[in-house]
Amino acid sequence: MSIWYAMLDVLPFQWVSMTFMKNALLAVLVMAPLYGLMSTMIVTGKMSFFSDALGHSAFTGIAVGVLCGAVAPMGVAVLLSVVIALLFTYVRSKSHQATDTIIGVFSSTMVALGIFIATLGGSSFTKFNKYLIGDILSVTPLEIGLLAIVLLLTVTLWVLASNQMVLTAVHPQLASSRGVPVDWVQAAYTVCIAVVVTLSLTWVGLMVLNSLLVLPAASARNVSRNLREYHLWSILIALACSFAGLMTSYYVGCSTGATISMYLAACFALTFACRRRS
Amino acid sequence: MIFSKHGIGGCDNSCCLKIHGLSVNLEGDEILHDVNLHMHCGQITALIGPNGAGKSTLIKAILGQRVYSGSIYFSTFSGRHEKPRIGYVPQSPTFDKGDPVSVLDLFVCCISRRPAFLPVSAALRQKVLECLSRVHGEALIDKRIGDLSGGEVQRVLLALALEPIPHILILDEPLSGVDVEGMEQVMAMLDEIRRNFDLSILITTHDFSMLEQYVDDVVLIKGTVLKDGAPKDVLTSPEFHAVFHLGGAAQ
Repeated sequence: MSIWYAMLDVLPFQWVSMTFMKNALLAVLVMAPLYGLMSTMIVTGKMSFFSDALGHSAFTGIAVGVLCGAVAPMGVAVLLSVVIALLFTYVRSKSHQATDTIIGVFSSTMVALGIFIATLGGSSFTKFNKYLIGDILSVTPLEIGLLAIVLLLTVTLWVLASNQMVLTAVHPQLASSRGVPVDWVQAAYTVCIAVVVTLSLTWVGLMVLNSLLVLPAASARNVSRNLREYHLWSILIALACSFAGLMTSYYVGCSTGATISMYLAACFALTFACRRRS
Repeated sequence: MIFSKHGIGGCDNSCCLKIHGLSVNLEGDEILHDVNLHMHCGQITALIGPNGAGKSTLIKAILGQRVYSGSIYFSTFSGRHEKPRIGYVPQSPTFDKGDPVSVLDLFVCCISRRPAFLPVSAALRQKVLECLSRVHGEALIDKRIGDLSGGEVQRVLLALALEPIPHILILDEPLSGVDVEGMEQVMAMLDEIRRNFDLSILITTHDFSMLEQYVDDVVLIKGTVLKDGAPKDVLTSPEFHAVFHLGGAAQ
C-alpha cells in the first residue's frame, strides 16, 4: 500500500492528501475490470435481472447476519446468496416458467424476507441504509486485497471456462451436444456473480450496483463485432467511468456509486448513437 | 451405448449404428417404444413422421441427452473401442441479433481451449477457415452470428458439427425455414460430405420432395418405426398415407 500511496503523492492534486481517496481510487481500479468482465457474461447470458435479484438476496443475508449477531455479516451474506443462486439455477432448470418470472419470485421474496428480518422486534431500518447507497470511501486496504483476490479468481474462471460459458449462453443445446456440462457451467457462473454482488454491496450499494454489472457490457455491445472488442470495450468503459465517477463525486460531493452509474449511462447513450447498424 | 469391436451380426459394412428395442418414457408418457434402426456409413437416412412422433426424442436419445431403455450399438472399421463422435446440427437455431459473437468466436469457443476473448492466432484462424471451406463458407468468418441468414446459420453449424469429423452426423430439420433453392444446396452439400468423409448422416424432415434424389433410407416413425426402406417404397406405402392423411394425393 505504501508504494501506491507514494506513487499518488507525486500527483499535483488536492485529493491525493486524503488517504481514503487513495484507497478508494485503488478499490475502483480493481473493481472496474471485475465489473467489466462480469457484465459481459451477465448481458450475454440474459441475466441482468438475475444479478439484481442476487443483490436483494445479499441484502437479506446481511440482515440475517446482523440478526444473528455475527461479527461479519458479510460472511453470512455471501453464503446465503450462493445458496440462493444455486437454488435459483435448480428451480430454473426444473420449472417450465419463463426465467424472468422465476427471477421475480426470488427477488420479491428475498426483499420481503430482508425487510421482515431487519425490522423484527420494532428495530429501525436506518442502520441498513449504507447497504442501499453504499460508500466506496469507507473501503480499507484489507478489503481492497479481498477484492483483488476476487478479481484474480474471476479472471481465472474466465480463462478456464469463458468459451463454455459463451457457448452455453448463445446456444445451450449446441453446447451440450459438444460435451459442455451446461448445468455445471451455469452453476459456477451464478456462484461467481453471487459472490461479487454480495461483496460489492457495502461499497456500491444495492440501488445502483446492477447498473455497474449491466451498463459496461450493454454499451460495449453497441459497438462490438466480436468477443475481443466486446471484452475490451466493456473493461475500458468500466475503468474510465469508475475513475471519472470517483473524481466527480469528490469535487461535487455526492455518492460515488451513483456518479459512476451516471457516467456509464452516458456511455450507453453515446455508444447507442454511434452503434453499428446492420 | 455399447461400442462393439467387431461388426454387428447381419451387417456387412465396416461401420454402422444399430438401435435395438429402444424405448423412451418421459414423465410417465411413452414417447417411443421398441424402435429398431440400422444406419450404415456413407448413407443418408431421413427420419420422417408427424409432429410429436418422437423424432426429436430419438435424436436426443442417440445424443445421450435422454434416458432410454434398449440399446444403441456402434462399431467402427478401425476395430478400436472408440466412442462414436456425433456431429449435431440443432433445429433452426435463432441467435440473438445483438450478441457480439462472430463466426470465428463461435468456432474458437467450440474447438479450442484458448479463451475466445483473447486475440486469435493465425494458425487457429487458418484452421477455422479450413472448417468453413467444407461448407463453402469461408466468407462468413468475421460475420456476427446474429447477422447470418437462415441458410448461412445452417452452413456454419454444419461446419462446426464436422470438426472434428464425426462418425455420425445428425441434423434436426435442416430444411425448415430454407427456400427451395436453399434445400437443394443443403442436400447437395450433405451428399458431398457423405462422399468425402464416409459418414452416416441422419436427418429429420417434413419436406419429402428431396428424399428420392438424395436419401438412401427413409424411416417413418410415430411412437415406433412404422415403415423403413427406400424412399420410393416408404412414400408410396399405406402406412405413410395413413399417417399423413393423404388418401393418395402424395406430397
